[in-house]
Parts: sequence; structure tokens; C-alpha cells
Amino acid sequence: MVGGLPSFKIRPIAQQSRSSHLRTESGVIKWILIGVALLYLGIFLILPLACIFTTAFSKGIVAYTQAITEPDALAAIRLTLLTALIAVPLNVIFGIAASWAIAKFDFIGKNFLLTLIDLPLSVSPVISGLIFVLLFGAQGTFGPWLIEHGIKIIFAPPAIILATIFVTFPLVARELIPIMKAQGNDEEEAAITLGASGFKTFMLVTLPNIKWGLLYGVILCNARAMGEFGAVSVVSGHIRGLTNTLPLHIEILYNEYHFSAAFAAASLLALLAIVTLIAKSIIESGMHREIEATQITSGEKR
Amino acid sequence: MFALNTKLKRRTLPGFRLSLGYTILYLSLIVLIPLSMLFIKASTLSFAQFWDIVSAPRTMAAYRLSFGTALISASINAVFGFLVAWVLARYSFPGKRIIDALVDFPFALPTAVAGIALTSIYSPNGWVGQYLAQIGIKAAYTPLGIVIALTFIGLPFVVRTIEPVLQDLDPEIEEAAACLGANRWLTFSKVIFPILLPSLLTGFTLSFARAVGEYGSVIFIAGNMPGKTEIAPLLIITKLEQYDYQGAAAIAVVMLLVSLLILIATNFLQWISAKRIGMS
Repeated sequence: MVGGLPSFKIRPIAQQSRSSHLRTESGVIKWILIGVALLYLGIFLILPLACIFTTAFSKGIVAYTQAITEPDALAAIRLTLLTALIAVPLNVIFGIAASWAIAKFDFIGKNFLLTLIDLPLSVSPVISGLIFVLLFGAQGTFGPWLIEHGIKIIFAPPAIILATIFVTFPLVARELIPIMKAQGNDEEEAAITLGASGFKTFMLVTLPNIKWGLLYGVILCNARAMGEFGAVSVVSGHIRGLTNTLPLHIEILYNEYHFSAAFAAASLLALLAIVTLIAKSIIESGMHREIEATQITSGEKR
Repeated sequence: MFALNTKLKRRTLPGFRLSLGYTILYLSLIVLIPLSMLFIKASTLSFAQFWDIVSAPRTMAAYRLSFGTALISASINAVFGFLVAWVLARYSFPGKRIIDALVDFPFALPTAVAGIALTSIYSPNGWVGQYLAQIGIKAAYTPLGIVIALTFIGLPFVVRTIEPVLQDLDPEIEEAAACLGANRWLTFSKVIFPILLPSLLTGFTLSFARAVGEYGSVIFIAGNMPGKTEIAPLLIITKLEQYDYQGAAAIAVVMLLVSLLILIATNFLQWISAKRIGMS
């Protein structure tokens, strides 16, 4: 796969069975290990998943549809969609710009820049919300000025959107940088030398090469944007029908002991998570097929 | 710091200044300026005031709880995450593809959803909680519940850092060990494990860092008793609700500095890991 020379690590079936004999444990140990791993995943992954959907439908289909179509739930869904609709495109533009600069050029301080881009992932979600309260809250830096001019950011949708952008900030860039790096610069340089404009080169050469990574970045960023809880909880103010996103709506229902309604709303977000995982799986096999196809057309054998 | 007129190896491509300029502008507006507010706010306190806040018994109890439970859950994930990565990379069994995809579930599932699901499973009348209650174990609303939630959250990190390294491991080194007479256990402990150790540590620190700041999945199951089951992020929110912005910033600064140290350690470990793989 890497480099021009065909690899000599082709391993025929007979050889493979020999090596697999040397490389595997006895059958008993193997199945014990598989059993323990599956038990662990069963307790920590399958059980919560099953719990969400059984509790969501515990009071029947009618109660379920009522729970997700009542006005407060619909308002929460609308705000969640609006937040993702603004946060995701902004982070996609940033992701493309950052990966172009980082993957295609060499400059001093690149590793430091990469560390800074990753920063929001290692900051507690509560701190991610807190910093915007310190900036725009009533007693924050710009608080008095904002009140004077009648602009509301904290306890209103703008702060929810800002906090969401912060939390999902690196997700697209992180998917694109390694892919763009692996592609190298040769194809783009050829296009530029042949007289294509920078924009045209990006659209016709770079974009087709990074499309799978970009697609997964968008899907992941969207899932995290719609599901963010901690940061949004700090800045939202929890005003029903106005500043509640879907995760905050779930919290209120749960704390008021409306368990089946809370889980009905939660099932929507669980479904989004499952769709995200399926999309990842499909994208990965799509990428794999494409790599194989290019290997066949270029006559390269592994 | 990001010198624009340094020696550029690849100057043929356009858009360097534009893309880097936009990257730094957007990074500053969304991340750097807001984060610096934390330090500006905390610096309005004198050192004695700052120390009083972060060393108050309630704050210390919250730090102990957050860092302690994060350490335990990251350790659990290091052991079982390693096992899961091994099983997924080495063995084939029915349903493996679905299981493999499902490992990312805690990363994709909103934390609040995870929180309410785990709470109702481990509460005294829940699916697992009722059996635990029979043998006298209380899971929900105790530190044990916090550990369960943090273990769920950190699960993908260890698996996903070890799995690719395990898959790319050259089979010949194991075959060589076997041919030289090493049994399976010796091959594992002396050959495979040392190669995997840096990525295991990376996975551990990632899982730990995520757990220290975690909020959504924990607050439902924790019980939130000050001094007993109150995590540090919740204490920040409590301070904010009392309009004690400085107190909230002081507690957050300590957490952020620890996160930064963890981040630097992770990058260092990844660098070692990359070097090792290059060598093998």
C-alpha cells in the first residue's frame, strides 16, 4: 500500500495457517478472553442501550409520540437543530482551512497550533460553558455593555450556539488533517502548474480525495453538537420552550420523575448516535473499497 | 510565533496565508480569548484568596472525588479496554463487526442520555441495582455510581488507541519469538506488551482526562451530596449559581491546568509510541 515497490509480505494460505498456529492462544483461553470481553461490553454498552428503548416505550406508543410531540419537546428539538445548523458549517469551514494550512504547508509552531486546536477536547464541558459566562454574563467582561445595548447572549440561544461551537471545535479538523497529509501535494501541484485556479484545484482535486473524511467529520460534529449537555447547561438558563435544547429537556423531565417521557426524548438522541455509528461503518468500508479499487487500476499488488 | 515568511518547502500551492490566517483568527475568537478569561478572572483574586477557595474542605473533597474516581475508571478501562482491543484485533467470532462499531457508542451518545440510562439501571430498583441491593451494595448515588458512569464514558479511548497498533504489529516478531522457544505468555509479556505499553498509557491518560471533567453522565448517578458525592465540575456550577464568578474561575483554573498537563503528557506518549512503531 505504501511506496512504489510491491510489498513482499504476500502470505499464501498455507503459510498463514502456520503463522496463525504460532500466533494464537489455545482454544480455551481464546474463548475465555472473547467471553470476558463480550460480557464487559454487554454490561457497559448493550445494557444502557436496551434500557433507553424499553423505558421509552414502557407506557406504549401513544405516550411515546405524545412525549416527543408536545410543544416544549418540539421547541427543544427546533433549538437543537438550529444550534447544529450554525455550529457544524462554521466548524467545517474552520476544519477545511486548518487542515489545508497544516497538511499542505510547513511552518514554525505547527505542533503547538495542533495542540491548541485539540484544547477544547480536554477542557471540562462545564468550563467550556463557564468561560462564556465570564465573557458575556451580567457580571462578566462585556456584561454591562451588553445590558446597556439590550443584547442578550447568556441565557439565550447565542451563548448555546457559541458553547456548542467551542465543544465541537476540533472534530472536523481532526478528521481532515491526517487524510490530507496522507494524500500529499503532488496532485494539487500538478493542477496548479497546469493553470487551474486555487479554488478550482480545491474543488476538483482536493475535495474528492477528502470527501469520506469530511463526511464523517460532519456527521460526528453534528452528533456531538446536538447532544452537548454540560457546556450548554451552564449558559442556557433552562427556560422552557425558549432556551432548552433536547438534552436539557431530557434533564428536566427526568428530574420531575417523568421517566418514560425523558427516555422517549433520549431515544431520539440514542437513535442519532446509532445512525452516526452506522454511517461510520459504511464510510470506512467505502474508503476501503476505494483504496482497493485504486490499487487494482494502478496494478499494484499487496 | 507562526512566522509567515519562514522557509516554506512547498510554496507552489496557494492559500497558505489565507487558510492559516483564518485558522488563527477563528481559534483566537472561539477558543483562546474565551479561555484566557478564566485566568484573567482568577487573577483578580489575591493569592491568599485563591488559595482559600481551592483549599477549602468542600473544594478539596470535590477534587479528591473527581480525580480519584477518574483514576479508578481509567484503570478499569486500561485492563478491559486492552482485552477488548486484543479480542477485536486477533479473533474472529460471530457479530464481531457490530461489536467493533458499538465500541464508539459512548463517544457518540449524548452524556445526559448515558447518565439517565445508567442511573435507572443501577438505582436500587433498576435492572442491575436490585441484585446489587440484595447483596448490600449501593451503586447509584455513591462514588461507585460515579466510577460506573466514568468507565462507560472512557471505554472507547483505550480500545481505539491500542487496536490499530495491534493490527499493524508485524507478525514475524511473534513468530520469531515462538520459533526461539518462547511460550505464548512469554511472547506476550516480553515482546508484545512492551510495544503496546506507550499506546496503553496514551489511552489511559485520554480516558482519565475525559473522566476528570465529565459532567453530564455523572450528575444523575452521583447523588451530589456536598463533601461526599459532589464532583468538581458540579461545584463550579454551584459557585456560578451563587454569582461567585471568581470562585468558579479559581476552581476551574486548577482543573484546566491539570488537563493541560495531561494533554502534554499524552502528546509526549504519542510521540514515543510513534517512534517505537517506526523502529519495530
